[in-house]
Amino acid sequence: MIIAIAWRNVWRHRLRSMVVMLAAALGIFGTLFMIALSNGVVEQKIADSIHNEISHIQIHKPEFLQDNVLQHAMQDAPEISNVAQGIPGIKGVSSRIKTMAMASTASNGAGVIINGIDPETEKLVTGIAGSVIDGTYFEGESRSPQILISRKLAGNLKAKTGSRIVITIQNTDGELIYSLFRVAGIYKTANALFDEPNVFVRRSDLAELTGFDPALSTEIALLLHRTEDTDKTVAMLEEIYPGLSILPWYVIEPTLNMQSGMMDQFSYFLLVIILAAMAFGIVNTMLMSILERTRELGMLMAVGMNKKKVFIMIMLETIFLSGVGALVGIAMSYLTITLTSRNGINFAAWADGFESLGYSALIYPTIYASFYFWLAVLVMITAMFASVFPARKALKLNPAAAIRHEA
Amino acid sequence: MGIIITKDLRKIYSETKVPVYALNGVSVTIEEGEFTSIVGPSGSGKTTLLNMIGGLDNPTEGEVHINGVNVTTLPSGKLIDFRLHHIGFVFQSYNLIPVLTARENVEFIMQLQGVPKKERAARAIELLESVGLSDKIDNRPGDMSGGQQQRVSVARALASKPRFILADEPTANLDSKSTAELLDIMLKMNEKHKTTFIFSTHDQRVMERARRIITIEDGVVAKDEF
Ligand SMILES: Nc1ncnc2c1ncn2[C@@H]1O[C@H](COP(=O)(O)OP(=O)(O)O)[C@@H](O)[C@H]1O
Ligand SMILES: [Mg+2]
Repeated sequence: MIIAIAWRNVWRHRLRSMVVMLAAALGIFGTLFMIALSNGVVEQKIADSIHNEISHIQIHKPEFLQDNVLQHAMQDAPEISNVAQGIPGIKGVSSRIKTMAMASTASNGAGVIINGIDPETEKLVTGIAGSVIDGTYFEGESRSPQILISRKLAGNLKAKTGSRIVITIQNTDGELIYSLFRVAGIYKTANALFDEPNVFVRRSDLAELTGFDPALSTEIALLLHRTEDTDKTVAMLEEIYPGLSILPWYVIEPTLNMQSGMMDQFSYFLLVIILAAMAFGIVNTMLMSILERTRELGMLMAVGMNKKKVFIMIMLETIFLSGVGALVGIAMSYLTITLTSRNGINFAAWADGFESLGYSALIYPTIYASFYFWLAVLVMITAMFASVFPARKALKLNPAAAIRHEA
Repeated sequence: MGIIITKDLRKIYSETKVPVYALNGVSVTIEEGEFTSIVGPSGSGKTTLLNMIGGLDNPTEGEVHINGVNVTTLPSGKLIDFRLHHIGFVFQSYNLIPVLTARENVEFIMQLQGVPKKERAARAIELLESVGLSDKIDNRPGDMSGGQQQRVSVARALASKPRFILADEPTANLDSKSTAELLDIMLKMNEKHKTTFIFSTHDQRVMERARRIITIEDGVVAKDEF
């Protein structure tokens, strides 16, 4: 019956209780949605980075990581490609000739990373083919070899589709040579930081220009079906090729995981603040309610309701008050997050800002289901703490004085 | 041997600027089955005396014995339990839990005592019928008149099967018809079940119905008439 009394007491001041509940609900909704948005941003960023830029796993000669020159070619490249293609869980393998170069036009020059790729196998690994916004992705033939550059670089070099670009590069003997390329297409990913330096050419063209063995590569990138298989696959490959550097995405780009960790910490910080604010509101409301009910509480203690039961009643009232608000907030968050995670929220208006920092402007809010559960537990604990102060106030009442109290 | 014995009760309220000498040596003995009224002008110490007897407040000096137990020395936790099992209370107002129905209010006290659910429900309905409220069983206090609420309070006080019932000005907020009805019910309970009633009043019509009248003036017993 104490539960019934506590529950009904919550609704004695319907409006007041609802205001407190609504405040708690909105606070929780705001926090959860913020957390879901930032999770979405980070997860999208990780997915984008993996699918457009770094892939799940990259294989190089260890020396290549120090010095990206063509001399550090992997002699085993053809075999590695074959082996990797046979490993279950691997979606695509791209064997590249990658090195540094200088790109220049009549008006400007820029240092670039030149990626000699096989256009067809590259499609299985990165989304570059799909990111072409102007021109074509290595279609047809032209007199000069084709090059794909980003919109960002095109802007810097004042180049457009069809423009000619001079690539200056070290050949396998370390001599500087140059050659003319024609811009076949212009691409744009969500990450301007990636776009700016990376240019793509056919690996056969690059091999011919530099005298590089067309069968070999300096970099092999692997895309998996599932990100969770990364460690397993790395371990497997390391066993077969102990002499090579086989790196998972999070080692290649450690900031990705750091960001996700930072976002988590930020989330908890935000949550603590919101819960503390909620606790103050609840304590205040409960104190008011205790003060108003001084005579009634005196009567309850007079007729024989012991301190433990009075304490439990007030704690239950506090828990109901916060619990209903929290449940509403969680329900609102769940609905909103589930709905918006389907199609994402487009922050197109701020797209330039997002993308110059390497983030996609289309955000899919996500949150772990367990987060709701832990939040509910935290709200319970907060409510219990918040109830201690009002409950103690009630227990200090002397029944005779309380009954005499002028309401 | 009386069920209530007070020995030289004194109460000084000293939290106020000027200490108030509310009781100045009250020694009374009340026997089982009495229907006793404590009367006296406002401020004479009626409420203070009833609070001491009911174990709601501690005397400054003196002792209260109930059934041979010196309640003045009971620790507060034990005292609450003692009240629950031995004393029924009816106050002037704010007697009932507003969010509970009449039946729930009566049942609540039995639940605190640990009476099984079935027995509780049956007894609550029986008691409410005996105070003439069979049609108000599921009403909340807010939907009842003052007189009806006081009758529920009497039913609630009886529910715990106490040794006696203390009622501090139970009719102070009632019109004369409700006052008469309430007194009829109290007298009926006293005659039928030998329930001991001690009630305070300064209403002439109420004290006339008592079988013993203890008059308090300035915190001392001025008259004790049977
Ligand atoms: N808690 C208290 N603090 C100070 N004075 C009190 C307190 N309770 C009662 N008194 C004083 O004690 C005296 C007796 O009060 P009370 O027992 O309420 O009388 P009655 O019930 O006969 O009107 C009064 O003067 C009253 O003002
Ligand atoms: Mg009084």
